[in-house]
This record gives sequence, C-alpha cells and structure tokens, in this order.
Amino acid sequence: MDLNYTPEQEAFRAEVRQFLADNLPDDIRERVQKRLRPDKAMTERWQKILFDQGWGASTWPKEYGGTSWSPIEQILFEEECALAGAPRQLDFGLRMVAPVIMTFGNDAQKQRFLPGILSGEDWWCQGYSEPGAGSDLASLRTSAKLEGDHYVVNGQKTWTTLGQHADWIFCLVRTSTEGKPQQGISFLLIDMNTPGIEVRPIIMLDGEHEINEVYFDNVKVPAENLIGEENQGWTYAKFLLGHERTGLANVGQWKALMKRLKAAAREEQDGQRPLIENTRFRDRLAQLDMELRALELTVLRVLTDKRGPGPQASILKIRGTEIGQQLFEMLMEATGQDAIAHIPDALELNYNGPRSGSIDATPAAGDYFNMRKLSIFGGSNEIQRNIIAQLVLGL
Amino acid sequence: MSFDLTEEQQMLSDSLRRFVTNEYSFEKRGNIIHSGYGTVAATWSALAEMGLLGFTFPEDYDGLGGNAIDTLVVMENLGRGLVVEPYLATVVLAGGLIRDAGNEAQKADILPGIASGERLLALAHSEPGARYNLSHVRTSARKDGERFLISGQKTAVLHGGQASQLIVSARTRGDVNEEAGLSLFLVDRHANGVTVDDFATHDGHRTAEIRFNKVAVSADNLIGTVGEAFPIIEKTVDLGIAALCAEAVGAMEAMNAATLEYIKTRKQFGVPIGKFQALQHRMADMFIHTEQARTMAILAASEADSGDRARRREAVSMAKTLVGQAARFVGQEGVQLHGGMGVTDEMFAAHLFKRLTLINLLFGDADHHLAQVSDGLLAKTA
Repeated sequence: MDLNYTPEQEAFRAEVRQFLADNLPDDIRERVQKRLRPDKAMTERWQKILFDQGWGASTWPKEYGGTSWSPIEQILFEEECALAGAPRQLDFGLRMVAPVIMTFGNDAQKQRFLPGILSGEDWWCQGYSEPGAGSDLASLRTSAKLEGDHYVVNGQKTWTTLGQHADWIFCLVRTSTEGKPQQGISFLLIDMNTPGIEVRPIIMLDGEHEINEVYFDNVKVPAENLIGEENQGWTYAKFLLGHERTGLANVGQWKALMKRLKAAAREEQDGQRPLIENTRFRDRLAQLDMELRALELTVLRVLTDKRGPGPQASILKIRGTEIGQQLFEMLMEATGQDAIAHIPDALELNYNGPRSGSIDATPAAGDYFNMRKLSIFGGSNEIQRNIIAQLVLGL
Repeated sequence: MSFDLTEEQQMLSDSLRRFVTNEYSFEKRGNIIHSGYGTVAATWSALAEMGLLGFTFPEDYDGLGGNAIDTLVVMENLGRGLVVEPYLATVVLAGGLIRDAGNEAQKADILPGIASGERLLALAHSEPGARYNLSHVRTSARKDGERFLISGQKTAVLHGGQASQLIVSARTRGDVNEEAGLSLFLVDRHANGVTVDDFATHDGHRTAEIRFNKVAVSADNLIGTVGEAFPIIEKTVDLGIAALCAEAVGAMEAMNAATLEYIKTRKQFGVPIGKFQALQHRMADMFIHTEQARTMAILAASEADSGDRARRREAVSMAKTLVGQAARFVGQEGVQLHGGMGVTDEMFAAHLFKRLTLINLLFGDADHHLAQVSDGLLAKTA
C-alpha cells in the first residue's frame, strides 16, 4: 500500500501540465475559470487540440486512437486539465456511446463512428429519458419499427443535454412490447439531420438553454445503425451507465473548484476580516475539503481495484455529485448577497458592463441552481442507493 | 499509487480474521468483559504467538519491523471482533512511544517483553480539564537530586489498571498548555505514591484514573530529553488515532454485516424488513460511510509514520473527523435498523455501537479534528 504517485506518474503529470501550459488557449482558459457560458466552438477547438496531440480520448485503447493510459494516468490527466482551466470534453461521445460501440458494435460501426467522436467533428447527445420514463427508464415508449432496411422511429426524448448542437443521438427505443419492459429495448444511433426530428429547447431554472426535448415523427433510420442485437439494448444501456457513473465523480473539476473556493474565502470580505476567518464558514469549507479528499482516494481505490468498479461506482456518483453541489453552494455563499443579481450578458467573454460584486458573484447563483441536476441525472441518487442496496448488499 | 496489501499483510489479515471468528466468539467476549480484568492470558498470548505484539518493533527487539499499515491490518480485524485486549494501549501507544523515543537500554528492557506478551504498559497522559488539548499538562516532575518527584492526576488511562508500568507525561517547566517543558517518565504502577482507580469502560475495555503523589523516579527512567516530549507525545497519539480509525472501520464492517443479516431475516408485514426502501437507503448510506471511512483510515495509516509533521497531522485529523462521523452514523443506524433488539445487551450490534461511540470520543471527536483541519486551512492561507 502506497498512496504516493510513482516517479513515472509524476513525470507524466509534469508532461501533461507542460502541454497544457503551451497549448490551452487563453480565451478558453478565461472562459472556464470565470465560469462563463459554455460554447460549442470552444469545446470543439479544445477537442481538436487534444486530438492533434494524440490525447483526444484519454479513456480509449490505442487501437481506436486512444491513449491506452492506465486509470491513474487518466485521473492525472483529467485533474491537470481541470486545474489548468481546460473545458470538460464532451462525455456523450467519448465516454458514453464510444465504449458501447467498441464493446457491442460491429467493425463497420466502429470505423464509421469512432473517428468523428475522437476528432470532435461529430457532436453526440443522449436519447434515454422520456417524459414518462425517468428513473423508471425501462418504461420508455419511443418506438422503432423495422420496415425493410430501416427503422421508423416515433416518440419523444427529453432532458437531452446540448442536443441543440448535436449531429448524432444515441437512443434507447422500444422494438418489442412483449415480455418484461427491459426485454424490448434496442440501442439505435440516429443522425440528427434526418427528416422528422425536431429539437425544442427547455429553459432551465438558471435561465439558460442547455437542455432540450427531441421529437421523432416517422424518422427513418438505417437498420445498420442498430448496435448489437435487437431487444438487447438494456444490457448496453446499463453498461453505458456504469461508465457514466465513474466519470460523474468528477474529482479533477471539483479540485479546481475547491482551489477557487479557498481563494474566494480569502478574497471576499466579511466586514473587517476576510471570510476565511469566519469560523462557521471555514469549518464547512474544511469539512467539504476532507470529503473531497476522501472521494479522490476512494476513486483511486476503486479504479485500481483489480476486480473492477462494478456497482461500487454508485458510491462515486452519489458522493461526487453531493460534493459538487456543496461546492457550488459554498461558492455562492462566499459571494454573499452579491450573488442575487441575474445578469445573463455578463456570462459572455467580452462583457464589460456593470456587475454586482466580484466576478465570482456573476455565475454563482446560476451555477448553484444549475447543479441541482447533478443528483438527479445519470440515475438519481435515490436510484443509486437502490443499486447499492440490491446489487452490492443483496437486499 | 497502490491500495493493495502485500502478500504477508494479506496472510496476516486472513489468519487474524480466522482467529477472531473462531476463537473470539461473542459469548466468549461476554465472559471476558464481565471478568473485571479486561484482558485474558489466552487471547493475549495467542496474539503474541502470531507475532502481532511486537509487529512494529525493530527486529533487534524481537519485532518484525512493521509499519502503520500493518497496524491498520491488525486493528481492523480486532475491530471486527470487538477484541478488548490492550493492543492500542500497550502495543500501539506505549510500545510505539518506547520504540520511537526510548534509549537503547529502555528499548532492550521493554520491547521484547511487550512482544512476548509478558509485559503490559499504558500511556498516562490525559488530565482533567485538558479535553483533547495535548499540551494541557499540570502533573509536575520536580528535580530532587538525581531523581524526579512526580505529582499530579491522570485520567482516561487506557488499561492503566492492567499495566505493570506507566509512561507518564509531566511538566518539568513552563505553564499548563505550553508545549515546551514536557517530559516523559517510566513509572512502576506499584511504586509508592501511585494510586490507581480501575474502571470498566462502556465498551468492555478498561480505563483508570491515576494519582501521583511525590512519586520518586530515577533519572534513567526519563524517556527522551527533558522538556522536549511534546512532539513525541503528539506523534504517539497520531499513531493511536490512525489505529483507532482502522479499528472503527472493522467495527463498522461488522455492524453492516450484522445489520444486513438482521434486516434480511427479520419479517414484518409478511416480508423481510430489508425489502422496505426506507431501510435499504439507510443501509446503502451505512455502506457509503464505511467505504469512505476505510479510505481515510488508509490515508491516516499511510501518513502516521511520516516525518512531515504538518502532513501527518492533517491526514490524521481528516481521517478522525470522517471516521468519527461515519462511526456515529453507522452506529446509530445499525441500532435503529435492529429495532428493539438493537438496544438490548444481547445483540452484537449494541456492543459495536458502544465501541464506535467511544472511539469517536478518544483522542478528539469529529468536531475537535474538524477544527484542527479548519484552523490548518487558516494557517495555510495566512
């Protein structure tokens, strides 16, 4: 047992850090560190820079153009990226649909879809949830009927994050109504430019457009876009959710925010003293700092476990999202009542207008509101507790 | 970066686990804790035979040269079976202190005796009113020719009544609460002027209140340098805290296992109560707390031997905070999920709860250590 990184791992970290110092554009760094409105072009530019370096997919094996990095190297990479102010890469392609294609897709599908995900050319979104299928995902009703060499898809998906930018959507569709609900689901890749698809924005409580509804009206999808076997989609979906959950611990990003929060606690004034001298605030900061340290080491413990993460990944999802939410809450509280002003224009990079309080205050409340989603998406934290109870504890 | 045990550590863990399961049943333990002595020769010598009592001592003193990770492995298993033997008091605290600060003669005299199981020692440091403040020492050691005369009162001396020798902290100069001016002495428990009141603790261990009235101690029983004992006391307590964190993890694991078993078998409304989601989620939270506590116990053990004081202190306080919070949560929920049975003396869960509660109180509760980490943040940013 040794909690220190090896010299090789430290050298790797240094290499990543140097790369970031040399290649992360200043405007992107500024946008991320000031927590301004994310932007499609920014995500694409950054993905292209990583791709050119050969680091486009830190979690993929080399044979598909990935890095074949060890779990520790992946974590170090993510952490360094977050600390440097690099934007999060788009999970939907890289971490969600890609592992499914690699594991269950055929060669033609791998050749067709993986390169676009890697280069960032193709923007993917997720078609899982429906108005009537949230936590009870298997009750989904969007139907796909095979007619000759294509499926005809009808129905509605919701909570489609960044679907307004998407070129492709990976969907769970119902191909059979026989047997248990889980048994009639298939995994289908759909071109967002296909006639019959309509994307409608859902404005979230922070006033931002991040989420969408996607409607399918007799959408023709080539049968070759089916992943694996018909009616086996639930297996692939669960596989994907396992991958998603490990990523949801999000330690690197939380460490970067913790650093920001500690700085804010020094910068913000509490009357005649810096906020950090307020014991009640500082104790909560210390508590959160410890919980983040525990999460960080638990992630490393789970990812280096030779038995693989398994349902234990649910712990990481629960703790990761709870800690993330508390970080955003404290970032808001640190700015005090300066956080009350809602100034949507101030979330743009070149904003020079008036603002309320420090620049930290501008995104503070909006981010806090937005991040309530963390404990709800990716399988709500209550669903994660069900998973632990049933799959780990056998209840 | 690795969280794996070595092959030797794994073997040790397996054999100790077997011993606790097979030889330290709940019934047997019940007899031991009601015996009024708090340690039984059979258990203690079995631990000695397994090499556990000198585990972290150098090989020159009949030890195995182990480290705090080895202690983690031992304590976790002792915690799982709620073993009440004075492993913490004698091996981790007193033995660790002599190993780290004793002179050649003291090590040669004491460590082999601990390793063989023949000698029990205890650390007499805490005092009334000190709460968790390690420098709060009023007990004085006055120089009297070639010897020292020790006077004062010690409280919460773990297994003090069972030890043949005490390691006593006393002030050779300075005011109460000053870190400078503390010294450590080896004192025979039966020496003139030593009065021991031995008590059972709620969790089946033993504790003592000890008074010293002008107890004469020769200069060769001084441990370390006069007036400079504080760092060694602090380090010893940190080793003790790391050990307690590991013990708590073992006890939490046992609590989860016992509770899981109970809610899978206990039926109400025609079904096992574990079918109810209200209980499932609490059980899931107990599991999450325990896993997090395990991580922090590993962190504490990894840093407990560290020469970097700030790093060691931060890791130990972080661990004790989160382990303490987890111990409280798992202990209380474990009892709650056992229903009425959970508050009876006949259930293992009740005893686990008591140990977990007392572990939280020992060497600083979660609030105390949270404040340590919090104040550390302030110092870092100053």
